[in-house]
Amino acid sequence: MMPKIVILWSDVVVIATLLLLLLYGLRVRASKNLRSTWTQVVRDPAALCSAVVLLLFFAVAVVDSLHFRRALSDVPAAGAQQNQAYATRTESLLDVLLARQLAGRETSYSAPLAIRAFTKDSVEVAGKTERIYPRLLYGGKSLADDAEWAGDVLQRVMLGLGLGLLLALVIAAGVAFALARVRAERFSSAWRALMRNQTDLPLRAALLTVLALCVVFGPLFSLAQNYHVFGSDRTGNDVFCQALKSIRTAFVIGTLSTIATLPLAVGLGILAGYLRGWVDEVVQYLYTLLSSIPNVLLIAACVLMMQVFIDTHPDLFETGAERADVRLFLLCVILGLTGWATLCRLLRAETMKLCALDYVQAANAFGVRAGRIMVRHIFPNVVHLIIITTVLDFSALILYEAVLSYVGVGVDPSMNSFGGMINLARTEMSRDPLVWWSFAAAFTFMVTLVLAANLFADGVRDAFDPRSRTFRPRLRKGVVA
Amino acid sequence: MWNYLIRRSFYGVLVLLGVNLFTFMLFFTVNTPDDMARLNIGGKRVTQEQILKWKVERGYDKPLYWNRAAEGTHKATETVFWDRSVSLLALDFGRSDSTSATDIGHEIKTRMGVSLQLAVPLFLLQIVVSVAFALLLVFFKHSRIDFWGVVACVLMLSISALFYIIVGQFLFSRVFHLVPISGFESGLDAVRFLVLPVILSLLSRLGSEGRLYRAMFLEELGRDYVRTARAKGLSEPKVLFSHVLRNALIPILTSAGSYLPFVFLGSLVFESFFGIPGLGAYVIEAITGQDFAIVRSMVFVGSLIYIASYIVIDVAYTWVDPRVRLA
Repeated sequence: MMPKIVILWSDVVVIATLLLLLLYGLRVRASKNLRSTWTQVVRDPAALCSAVVLLLFFAVAVVDSLHFRRALSDVPAAGAQQNQAYATRTESLLDVLLARQLAGRETSYSAPLAIRAFTKDSVEVAGKTERIYPRLLYGGKSLADDAEWAGDVLQRVMLGLGLGLLLALVIAAGVAFALARVRAERFSSAWRALMRNQTDLPLRAALLTVLALCVVFGPLFSLAQNYHVFGSDRTGNDVFCQALKSIRTAFVIGTLSTIATLPLAVGLGILAGYLRGWVDEVVQYLYTLLSSIPNVLLIAACVLMMQVFIDTHPDLFETGAERADVRLFLLCVILGLTGWATLCRLLRAETMKLCALDYVQAANAFGVRAGRIMVRHIFPNVVHLIIITTVLDFSALILYEAVLSYVGVGVDPSMNSFGGMINLARTEMSRDPLVWWSFAAAFTFMVTLVLAANLFADGVRDAFDPRSRTFRPRLRKGVVA
Repeated sequence: MWNYLIRRSFYGVLVLLGVNLFTFMLFFTVNTPDDMARLNIGGKRVTQEQILKWKVERGYDKPLYWNRAAEGTHKATETVFWDRSVSLLALDFGRSDSTSATDIGHEIKTRMGVSLQLAVPLFLLQIVVSVAFALLLVFFKHSRIDFWGVVACVLMLSISALFYIIVGQFLFSRVFHLVPISGFESGLDAVRFLVLPVILSLLSRLGSEGRLYRAMFLEELGRDYVRTARAKGLSEPKVLFSHVLRNALIPILTSAGSYLPFVFLGSLVFESFFGIPGLGAYVIEAITGQDFAIVRSMVFVGSLIYIASYIVIDVAYTWVDPRVRLA
């Protein structure tokens, strides 16, 4: 039976982002000017490497955004009139891929790679009740004896490493093959150029990043087949899965919140800068008003109101996942509606500068209508500012989500997010003995994501805003880092 | 100058009125007072009398914006909006929505004192430490110190403040037992409780501030007066400390000034993590307790402080940069 495909609001956003990126990619291909700027971005090794990492994370987010509800087969279908019943749980494609890990729930905490529980429990052993560390329900299930643990882990790590290396090698060969096609030379010379870093783009650095990712994730996935790689949390859920599922939340918040700022910021900014007069006064008043309310307080107030609305209208949402998703969606909209002031101010100033330029004056003199001037002549020339702000805000918003979740106005507690993980980790870190793995997993994933986003943003800013390039730390010739 | 101040203050009042209208719309129109009452009383079965009693106790029983039943000007004044606005503008915040119904104004006053004890040293140290760090990087421009310093900055600004707090509390309080994990005492004892939050807050912002200030210094270093100063034979430290530093103070002031409101409002995260009963912790308590009266008052106080801080920063410009004239 066909599962029912569920399209949540935030799914639309992730898919739309993907499509937008593809469309923008086509546009970049067509325009010589944009192509050279973006080539400059990826010429920066740090930016290219972080782009590889971001792509991987984005792929996880996309896979996690394809939702459906399984058809219930055990419900007897009494004729065509009866509607097919669907499971109340909304699953994503990622859930299917991680089915084993999600199904293997323990009863409580367990350390990474453990096969025995973290706390003692009364278990009946050979007719007597003893207090021991009981075996886990899922972790190390295939092992008959505790002594096999080390050998099994080693074997799985080796297997993962081997597969990872193989995958990296295949990707490298693929890149070399493509390079050979582009350069119209033999595969061997393309391979040699790649290994000696004699390519136009820093492809070797990118391939090293791919290698690093494969080497890290290969063993992780191979171990995850039999263990909880990052342990399990208080209710026994696999922390590795939680971290993977948190990536989507972070991406949605990072992209949707900035997308939500754009209509107001771009529209009002250009209007105010071009029309001046009373429009300018009103827009300035509006953004002064918004920016004079402390940001967190404003967001908290809006989110509280939204929460009350959701609580008083429970009938609007079919499933819990839908409710959590609407909450995430509205949170992003709130972040967007409260955060447009900075970009608007920037665009207003830039538009005023552009208005004084000859080509705008000329368009004016030819009698081009104001609306057309704004759309055709001013907007394309402020796009670089929009791109810079969007990529710079992305990482800031991911960090912000953690704080908001801590304050209590973040995403729904039932939704996986880095903020939620940190929030729980706070109490775990004060336990004795220490439960550190949730915290470590959230830390590793979040820092990797944010660091990659930051480095990529720096590359983009340097390419689009040549002035910022002078601030790059450079080493004098002769001093090699 | 006075002319400017008066004009700015007038505009500030105008903005405050807007903030008031905006928050009122947010808190009373998105959800009606009836919803609030139901939420606050709690429980599944809430009778209409209970709701009415709750509303009368808090003065929410009048019409929201426009009273049709009243006469003349009372049409506008006999409303919840008028009552709330007048009392807010007179800085009378009333009582909180919760059952204990504490006096919000009194609470804000006492808690602001606590917040200031944490935020004032932090604010001053933040400027000194970040400027010193950025100067160090600029002084060793094009060297390994600069390069790895910037790398460290990027790494540090990619780490959430929450991580600094959790790791810091774990290391210094649980492993080394240097300072208490959380809590607060008034008087000199407060220092023991404030050391760790101050240090961690400094660290968590050092990455972004250090990098920003470094860029500001480099921008100044490219100017003509620096070349002149070098040409007349001044040593590099002299150029940096007495010429560049003073000129870079202007952009630094703008950036540091954006933290000025939080000196009075306190830090939400740090105060609640370390159990410091300041304004930030107050807001968090209000949010978790869904006490809308407190949140509304804090939004108003927050914007009042914001507007005042921006005026103070503008005045500070004239002091740092004599070229700036406020007119």
